[in-house]
Amino acid sequence: MIARFAGGLSRRAALLLAVVLLALLIAPWIANDYFVTVLILILYLAYTGQAWNIMMGFAGQLSLGHAIYVGLSAYVAAVLFTRFGIGPWIGLLAAIPVAAACGAIIGFLAFRFGVAGVYFAILTIAFAEFARIGFDHLDVVNASAGLFLPVAQYAHNDLWRLRGDPTMFYYVILAATVLAFVLCRALRSSRIGYYWLAIREDEQAARAAGIDTFRYKMYAVMISAAVTSFGGVFYAFFYNNLFPEQVFNISRSIEIILGSVIGGVGTLFGPILGAFVLTGLAETLNSAMLYFGIDLPGAKQVFYGICLLLVVVALPNGIWPWLARRLGVAEDSR
Amino acid sequence: MTALLALDTVSKRFRGLVAVDRVSFTVPDGEIFAVIGPNGAGKTTLFNMIAGAMASDDGLISFAGAPIDRLTSDAVCRRGIARTFQIVRPFPALSVEDNVIVGALLHRRNVYAAREFARALLRRLELFDKRNRMASTLTLPDRKRLEVARALATEPRLLLLDEVMAGLRPTETDRMVAILKELNRETGLTIVLIEHVMRAVMALASRVLVLDHGIAIASGSPAAIVRDPAVVKSYLGAEMA
Repeated sequence: MIARFAGGLSRRAALLLAVVLLALLIAPWIANDYFVTVLILILYLAYTGQAWNIMMGFAGQLSLGHAIYVGLSAYVAAVLFTRFGIGPWIGLLAAIPVAAACGAIIGFLAFRFGVAGVYFAILTIAFAEFARIGFDHLDVVNASAGLFLPVAQYAHNDLWRLRGDPTMFYYVILAATVLAFVLCRALRSSRIGYYWLAIREDEQAARAAGIDTFRYKMYAVMISAAVTSFGGVFYAFFYNNLFPEQVFNISRSIEIILGSVIGGVGTLFGPILGAFVLTGLAETLNSAMLYFGIDLPGAKQVFYGICLLLVVVALPNGIWPWLARRLGVAEDSR
Repeated sequence: MTALLALDTVSKRFRGLVAVDRVSFTVPDGEIFAVIGPNGAGKTTLFNMIAGAMASDDGLISFAGAPIDRLTSDAVCRRGIARTFQIVRPFPALSVEDNVIVGALLHRRNVYAAREFARALLRRLELFDKRNRMASTLTLPDRKRLEVARALATEPRLLLLDEVMAGLRPTETDRMVAILKELNRETGLTIVLIEHVMRAVMALASRVLVLDHGIAIASGSPAAIVRDPAVVKSYLGAEMA
């Protein structure tokens, strides 16, 4: 499988990938709990960023409401766990169809009735906001009081029930990120990927080439939502608390997007690189301010703003295309 | 010989303006058929209706014996009609090869097979050496060739060419004419082209339809058309006669 995955990569690219992966694998051995927690956040954003990138980067459909897929999946898995004692992996099997169905509804309404571009983006926000307000009044999930997963001290890591220390969560999200990368690479280089790119580039020309654009846009939304779903389940079991106000919040959706935008929309490695750069730098800034005793609320947001500005001005295609050329692996990342 | 493409009193109105007015013609399998006429005569509108990009208001369009009036443009393409756009629209951020692969995937699920087929077409259209360039970096003549390649990649029975010669130098026009003739001869591909470049029309088409203000004012062999007084008056101008 590794050989097949590495197929088509130059030796240089394969080596770089191996080094990065090795560094990530041994990271928890040399890092403290705080650092591992930061890495988990980074990988969570890298994972969900990749899921979002399927829809926007590949198929050109801008979603500003990906929090809805995170939130729905988080709630599905959390409710199944707290009410029925059903573990997260079975919960995931329930969450994926829910998220995909939600994506299908949004996609159908938009693509059937010709809602495109900015209006499509607004529709995705509207749905996420509906969900936020709806869940805020939904008693089954404790409404605005929030849903809590039981937290206990565990003698050992329980992978099946996702109860354990940060290191276990770290490896889970790392594996998911790698799997998402493999999936995205496979999708991108297959028929569906070519069709998505064609739709992104020029929908009318894509149709003239015989592509049923409605169908392929639906696939993009549903697959993106389904992949995001695991991010939601992970979110629920890692943070152990769910508030509609937080999990469906638009800032959650923006957070998912920022990494990809910084790293390079439509590239395979961009969302991962972007998550590392953005969250990595932001956390460094945080620690530095803490160390020097500076208390500036909102500094992180300002920092995000500056990062975005710099990238938009200097590297409008994101950091990754530029870095790939620098590293001499531009051909591999096409 | 049965007609591959048949239009029967097809009309299209834009508010008050009748862009295409009860136009009828048939194109037999394997023919190269040209539609000429002054700007605004309704040629592109006619193409858009055949290709499913626009619905006709009246009349009947049928392809290979079946009506295609109510089909969307992607469905029309799957039936076997491919088109190029007057204002070229390749996929700008994709490589030349990937542009053609998109077309080739219509009848091939396997990307490797599609790539092989795309490369063969790129060789034929003399774009093979530029296959790794981004489509947006191509010159206009190359972009026109790329559009033809992408359209051909869908393996159409009928190819609609909307002014692919415009903006080409005479030598480039002759190359394109040669390529199209070869395709027509070797594969039996039927071609309907809108063209202003009479040099290409004369060399390619076996029959010509002349549109003026949406009305078909003449049709016949190229040699007969250029001598038709009505055509000379409305389109070609006195000096051509």
